[in-house]
Amino acid sequence: MDFGLSKKHEMARTLFKEFAENEVKPLAQDVDETEQFPKETVAKMAKLGFLGIPIPKEYGGQGCDPLTYVMCVEELSKVCGTTGVIVSAHTSLCCDPIQTYGTPAQKEKYLVPLAKGEKLGAFGLTEPGAGTDAQGQQTKAVLDGDEWVLNGSKCFITNGKEADIYIVIAVTGKVEKRGRMMKEISAFIVEKGTPGFSFGTKEKKMGIRGSSTYELIFTDCRIPKENLLGAKGKGFNIAMHTLDGGRIGIASQALGLAEGALETTVEYVKERKQFGRSIAQFQNTQFQLADMATKVEAAKLLVYKAAMAKATQKVYSVEAAMAKLYAAEVAMEVTTKAVQLHGGYGYIREYDVERMMRDAKITEIYEGTSEVQRMVISANLLK
Amino acid sequence: MKVVVCVKQVPDTKGGVKFNPDGTLDRGAMLTIMNPDDKAGLEAALRLKDEYGAEVTVVTMGLPKAEDVLREALAMGADKGILVTDRVLGGADTWATSTTLAGAIRNLEYDLIITGRQAIDGDTAQVGPQISEHLNIPVISYAQNIKIDGDSVVVERQYEDRYHVVKAKMPCLITALAELNEPRYMTPGGIFDALDAEITTWGRANLVDVDDANLGLKGSPTKIAKASDKVRKGAGEKVAPDSPEEAVSYIIDKLTTKHVI
Repeated sequence: MDFGLSKKHEMARTLFKEFAENEVKPLAQDVDETEQFPKETVAKMAKLGFLGIPIPKEYGGQGCDPLTYVMCVEELSKVCGTTGVIVSAHTSLCCDPIQTYGTPAQKEKYLVPLAKGEKLGAFGLTEPGAGTDAQGQQTKAVLDGDEWVLNGSKCFITNGKEADIYIVIAVTGKVEKRGRMMKEISAFIVEKGTPGFSFGTKEKKMGIRGSSTYELIFTDCRIPKENLLGAKGKGFNIAMHTLDGGRIGIASQALGLAEGALETTVEYVKERKQFGRSIAQFQNTQFQLADMATKVEAAKLLVYKAAMAKATQKVYSVEAAMAKLYAAEVAMEVTTKAVQLHGGYGYIREYDVERMMRDAKITEIYEGTSEVQRMVISANLLK
Repeated sequence: MKVVVCVKQVPDTKGGVKFNPDGTLDRGAMLTIMNPDDKAGLEAALRLKDEYGAEVTVVTMGLPKAEDVLREALAMGADKGILVTDRVLGGADTWATSTTLAGAIRNLEYDLIITGRQAIDGDTAQVGPQISEHLNIPVISYAQNIKIDGDSVVVERQYEDRYHVVKAKMPCLITALAELNEPRYMTPGGIFDALDAEITTWGRANLVDVDDANLGLKGSPTKIAKASDKVRKGAGEKVAPDSPEEAVSYIIDKLTTKHVI
């Protein structure tokens, strides 16, 4: 068993770190303060191939593996949680399902520009009445001639108004399952600009404030018949499988936030003086840092293991759930401790840890709450 | 169009400097980066590739681990990497280095050779112009802008308060300033390809038209008398005596204890 990174991954990390330090970190505070989507950064990342890291070269991607993608989200999130989730939602929630379930024509039309970064992707599953309970979907799609007609709305959609291509989950009928009538759910590819597709208000959030979070509204929105993704009725499976990958992305974001907060705090406690010495010299500080670092390392191992599982296994739900559950809780704990070790300054917006703590909270909620991750893990134990 | 870029792996100044007993740098023990002026030279070459479809070959001389800068260059977009490494080439000064690199470049076809102005470890700015002398081609140093005009290059050569526009027929050699451009990042896919790519490795036997007397430490006219790292001073001791008399007596006491007086 080898825990060392390959030279490819080490070099990729150097790249992501350099990019994050030079291009992302200087803007992070402003992106948060002004709630502005970092368009210029996204354009730079597109140019460098960061929006198609695990996608094969034949589809315009970089031909790397899930671990490289994970390290990209991790390094971006170390300095800016907003930038991390933009890449994660685009790659895991939009590129990945098209790569896995798309027809050759859909891949050519949608995956290639997504992987090249010419287009940005998003994913619409959550509805006002259907978050964790994906069966509670209300958005409907009805086939009318050569077109599907979508009606309904999706909420809390990451990359909401900035994306060009959306994966949308909708109810296409009813099916009998084990003697019960269940909703038949299907997945669709919807382009921005399609008549009948509009946006609701922008959400004002606690953290990841530069991320564009919107409601998607479909009113008699007609999309071509061929934009059905995967088979009719397979939408629930597609959504769940997509979220397995998405959770690895969010776990990486959480890991990055925790690492960023730890690194910032290590520097701070060496500088900050109280009672005539640096607070790094107090045993409480040392023990807190030791616990934080140990948990960050454990989270990293789980996240990297999940990335390796995605590369080699067909099913990796449990690995993804464990990685997200643990990394998200570590992110919350470590960023909270980071604020505490910063004392009053940690509560001031000028200091990065204040933002990191706000950014960390969402990792315990989106793409499956921590409670959902526990359901996934225990269901596998008790099956 | 064919462009050869010479790059050097240099110590990362963030990492501290270590020396061999003979006063030369212990390159194996230090963190390293691609020399910044060389990186600008590489970027200039890659822009010629973008614009004119130039083929970019990157050459370095150094320890086997200098291969890392070649892979970095490939990940940025260079086409080919050549590592010149051999025990007999070790400890080279600028004369022996330029002799070696010229001996390697004689194997290659080129319209343009680009080197950095100088390396941050030696700061001599001699290797580039010396290579041009060995190869008997024109040199334009301190380039802050490079343009191609038919079979010539037009270069803005930087001075302290102005620049000259110099035109030279190719083949020629240009030494690049870090200010020439903002080098591009690698790409993730470029990194994966670069690590799979074959790096050509040449030794003494592959050098063309060179004399052993001009190679390595033995062939280096420069001899280092002594080299040392900056000695860090301690934080010192701060005292705040109440009166000048008290201060004088404190200092005299210290000097007496240390047998200075």
